[in-house]
Parts: sequence; C-alpha cells; structure tokens
Amino acid sequence: MADLVEALLGGSLRALARLLTVIQNETPEARAALARLYPHSGRAYRVGITGAPGTGKSTLVNSLAKTYREAGRTVGILAVDPTSPFTGGAVLGDRLRMRDLAGDQGVFIRSMATRGSLGGLARATDDAICALDAAGFEIILIETVGTGQSEVDIARAAHTTLVVEAPGLGDEVQAIKAGILEIADILVVNKADRPDAQNTVRALQTMLDLGPAYRSNPWHHQSLSGILAPPPESEAESEAWQVPIVQTVAVDNWGTDALAEAIEMHHAYLGRSGKFRVWERQRLAAELSARLESALLERFVARLDTERLLALLDDLEKRRIDPQSAVETLLKEGDRC
Amino acid sequence: MTTEQKIRVLIAKPGLDGHDRGAKVIARALRDAGMEVIYTGLRQTPEMIAEAALQEDVDVVGLSILSGAHMALLPRILELLRANDLADVKVIIGGIVPDDDIQALKAMGVAAIYGPGANTSSIADDIRQMVQAARSHNG
Repeated sequence: MADLVEALLGGSLRALARLLTVIQNETPEARAALARLYPHSGRAYRVGITGAPGTGKSTLVNSLAKTYREAGRTVGILAVDPTSPFTGGAVLGDRLRMRDLAGDQGVFIRSMATRGSLGGLARATDDAICALDAAGFEIILIETVGTGQSEVDIARAAHTTLVVEAPGLGDEVQAIKAGILEIADILVVNKADRPDAQNTVRALQTMLDLGPAYRSNPWHHQSLSGILAPPPESEAESEAWQVPIVQTVAVDNWGTDALAEAIEMHHAYLGRSGKFRVWERQRLAAELSARLESALLERFVARLDTERLLALLDDLEKRRIDPQSAVETLLKEGDRC
Repeated sequence: MTTEQKIRVLIAKPGLDGHDRGAKVIARALRDAGMEVIYTGLRQTPEMIAEAALQEDVDVVGLSILSGAHMALLPRILELLRANDLADVKVIIGGIVPDDDIQALKAMGVAAIYGPGANTSSIADDIRQMVQAARSHNG
C-alpha cells in the first residue's frame, strides 16, 4: 500500500482511484494509507451540494466545476447515490450529468454508494475527501444523495453547504420546518427559468427574514464533540452570515458565476470571522466522536455472547424486560468481561 | 469494520445510436445482484469510457452497442484501457454482434458478448466469476 500513497502524492490518478476503492472497502490497508495521507490534507476547500432528488444537483455540480476550471482551479468531485438496503447494490448515475467535464485532467469524479449510511453521505466520505485533498485538488465538491428533510451530515463535511431547491416542491410550511434548510450557507433556486421560480424564491426569503437560525453547532447532540469544541460566542457578538439566495439554470450554465462568487464570499467570511478555525475544530471533534463511537461499539459487540443477546431479544419480545433495561443489563455484563 | 469488496461495473453506450433501454435494464439487474453500477449513459466516446473506468476503478466495463460499430469502437476502447494501466479490467458487450465478429472481438480481449434475449442473472453470475478469478489472480 505504501507505493499507492507515494504514487498518489506523485500525481497518479490511477493510484488515487485505487486508494478510493480501498478506502470505501474500509480495509486495514486503508487505515495505514490514510494515516500517511492525513498530513498532506487540509488544503482543499470543501463545498457540499444537497437538496431533494431532481432539483438538479448533479447538473449544478457539472456547471460549477466548469466555472472553477475556467478560473484555473482543480476540482475533485464525490457524487453519492444510495445503496439498496435489500441487495446492497446501487446504480450510480451522477456522471450522466457531468459529461462536460470529460477529458479534463484537472477534474476527478468519483461516484460513491452510501453502503448503509443514512445521513446523505457514504460511510467513507471523510476519508475519500482526505484522499482527494492530499492528491492536490483545490476545490472538492461533495454531492449528497437526493435528500429529504434530515440528512444533514454534509454540514459537518463541507466548509460551505449549498441547499438546492427547485420550483414547485413545497409551500411555506416546508420552508420553516427544521432540518435541511437550516444547514444552508447558500440557498440555490435552480431551474430559475420556470414560471413559478419566483414563488420559491419568495418563500425562502420569507423564511430567512424570520431571522437567522441557531446554527453554531449543528451536531450538538454528540456529547463528546460538545466537550471538545464548545459552541463559540453567539452570532450577535460576531458578524452574522446573511444566507444569500442564488438563482441558477444549471443546464444552461446560467447563474453559476454568481454562485461561485457567493461561495467565495462565504469562504472569506469564515476566515474573517474566525469561524474557519472554529468550524475545523468542531468538525474534527465530531469526526473523532463518530469514529470513537463506532470503534467502541465494534469492540463491545465483539465481546457479546450471541446466545445471551438472543435470550435478551426473547425477553424483549415477551415484554419481560424493556429495551432500555436490556441495554443497562448488557452494559453491566460487558463491564465484567 | 470491513465491508465486502463490492463489484463495480461501468455501463456505457458508445457510439451514436440512442437506444439505451437495454443498458438501463442491465444496470438495474446488476444492482439487484448486489453490484455498484456506474451508469454513464448515451454517446460515450472511447476516451470518456476509459477515463470513467480509471476514475471509478471498476472491475468490469459493460458496453451496449446496437449500432453495428463494435469493430470500430472496441479496438480503440481496449487500447485506451491498456494505455491507462487498466488491462485487467474485463470488457463485456451487450447488443447485436454478428457471429463472424464474435471470434474477432474475443481475440482482441473482450471477455464476453451477450446477444438479444440473454439472461440477466446469468450475466451477473458470469461477472461475479470473472471478477473473482481476476482478484485471486492479482492476490
């Protein structure tokens, strides 16, 4: 594996592609490779693109990547599509909309299947970003699966999160619900040439006019990251970010220059307000927390006796014990091992 | 925490005909067989196919060709795959290929050719077998 890492750092796209496979398969070799890649990461700017299915995310990524290429910047793209929970298979169709980027050595597109993750990203997305970053791509565009209302993992993985809306998808009540709209650093109304686009813009503007959402730490429920990276001072004390609404017609490459500009403004804001560093620490704390959680669970489950688990399940089924008490029992027994 | 090594398949339609129904059917069938299918759609040039195969690190490239252009397209696609250090990627074809051309294509290095009416689950089985053989060969 050592030679793949060296080849990647030397600019081999084949090595990058192979490492991304190893990373997605979560093999022990991947861990060793990532440990060596990590010091070379941290230079790329990460932009997340999320929104409901059919709003035009892939087409927008295609158009945005072209804009960055015209400005001479290299672009890595991670496009996530869902894995079937029944067969484990997936059809990854995002490349279909990105054909304009073919033949450009400055663009690298990788399709990823979620493989059981439910937050809108693939399980190994953080690690895949690290590999693209270490390979020297300056901008990393991360396209989530078509999201509903609560797949908000992207806000943790990206510096700037775009939430893409399209006309005709919902009324004003949708706009005040919690979840995906809250994570937007920039709201994009794509397909803005549709006649009802202005209604969508107006509904979103109404939501924004109600005032900024509390958004200093979108993953506060993870207690470890709460300890490691307490929320910074409130928005009132520092300069608050005004979420812009940008209209695009991605299929015609209309509006993407303005979108790239808005992303640049958000980048500058993060630097100016000191939020960039706060964000990075929060992100790392959340990542540490998530990894610790899964490692602890894996270790704990490995020690559990299957017979004992099945017996507990029987008890649950027959209502002899409640789920939370069953957990306490397992924890107590686990401590004794 | 290791997951199994998923089989990754690129499904592409080179050339100019616009009939992509078969490509979609096979993409769906391979998904149902538990594979990750990267679907790139119509009018792919040999260069686009080789580039996607490289970036996506696929095990198999499946080409749907109904236009009769297979003898023109395949040499170029196979050459580009080799040039990109992707000689171990298996190439299979679905579509209309006259008997006379089948031997020639196989001699070029095409792993399998499926005509109309081919059974999708046996195609999935073939893919599984060729990928397993290639992986154990490469260690």
